[in-house]
Amino acid sequence: MSRPVQYNTTVKFEGIPEGYMGEGFMASNMEKIVGLARKNSIWPLPFATSCCGIEFMATAASHYDLARFGAERMSFSPRQCDVLLVMGTISKKMGPVLRQVYLQMAEPRWVIAVGACASSGGIFDTYSVLQGIDQVIPVDVYVPGCPPRPEAMLDGFMKVQELVHNESLRRRHSDQYRDLLAEYGIE
Amino acid sequence: MSISNETIKASLVEKFGEQLTDWQEPYGMLTFTAPKDMNLKVLQFLFDDEILRFTFLTDLQAVHYPNNTGAELAVVYHLHNLQDNIRIRLKVFTDIQQPDVFSATALYQSANFMERETYDFYGVNFTGHPNLIRILNVDEMDYFPMRKEFPLEDQTRVDKDDEMFGR
Repeated sequence: MSRPVQYNTTVKFEGIPEGYMGEGFMASNMEKIVGLARKNSIWPLPFATSCCGIEFMATAASHYDLARFGAERMSFSPRQCDVLLVMGTISKKMGPVLRQVYLQMAEPRWVIAVGACASSGGIFDTYSVLQGIDQVIPVDVYVPGCPPRPEAMLDGFMKVQELVHNESLRRRHSDQYRDLLAEYGIE
Repeated sequence: MSISNETIKASLVEKFGEQLTDWQEPYGMLTFTAPKDMNLKVLQFLFDDEILRFTFLTDLQAVHYPNNTGAELAVVYHLHNLQDNIRIRLKVFTDIQQPDVFSATALYQSANFMERETYDFYGVNFTGHPNLIRILNVDEMDYFPMRKEFPLEDQTRVDKDDEMFGR
């Protein structure tokens, strides 16, 4: 006799967007469909320079399993990635490198600053350390902690999913967005 | 057959006499000071001597003593005799207004990067160095961060105020 199934009883399905549905068709908002598709296939680009990177390895491994959120494939090519995860201390000399990696990513792109160092320089209040990566690139989500636990990193990733889900398709063409990039000297 | 600190000191005194000063042995490591324009002569002697054979420059760095007027910067050479496994330390002092010290790159290849680092952090101008540019800090940096007059903290921050962070 087979054992009773006790697992996966609380599986959540992605909600169907509002729309008009009939037999074999559905009319809905393009933005919502695209957002839905995008948010569940975000490819991360890990930019790990120190201990937060080790936590990220735990996050991506089977126990915490970042792949559940559609981030199965770490890509190490910026051109293919959607979200840049900056994990660890970024020195001032590393700043231009990070910026170049960001510039090489295709729009739409998001950035998570993981941990105290990437967010604010952390304990390294030093002449050689960049005091937060938001000095060189725009950041969407900050994950606090030194280092953050994998749960915190997953939470940050889910925050990005929310942003991706609700982002207007026109946002990247808006003047506001252009001004934001112009603040960082990005055309 | 290992050579002792006394042997090293005796042959150095025999060669250079009173010019080498401040002999010490902290933790058993022979340490002495040479005049700044003699550093290459002393290093060359230590390298070439058939008994001393200090053929390896382990480390090279500077120290800033702001109260030591006229000789604020010390450049310290750590040498290793690989055959007898014995180490010594050589210091030269220089005025911070004119921090010119002869480069040891012709004698020790390992001095190249270490002198660049020392220049980077202390501004010691190693004359004769083939490529004396910054190595660890950003190229745009316009000061020498390890000199005592410069604060450690990053000066671009505005949110870390005196009340909370003791600035």
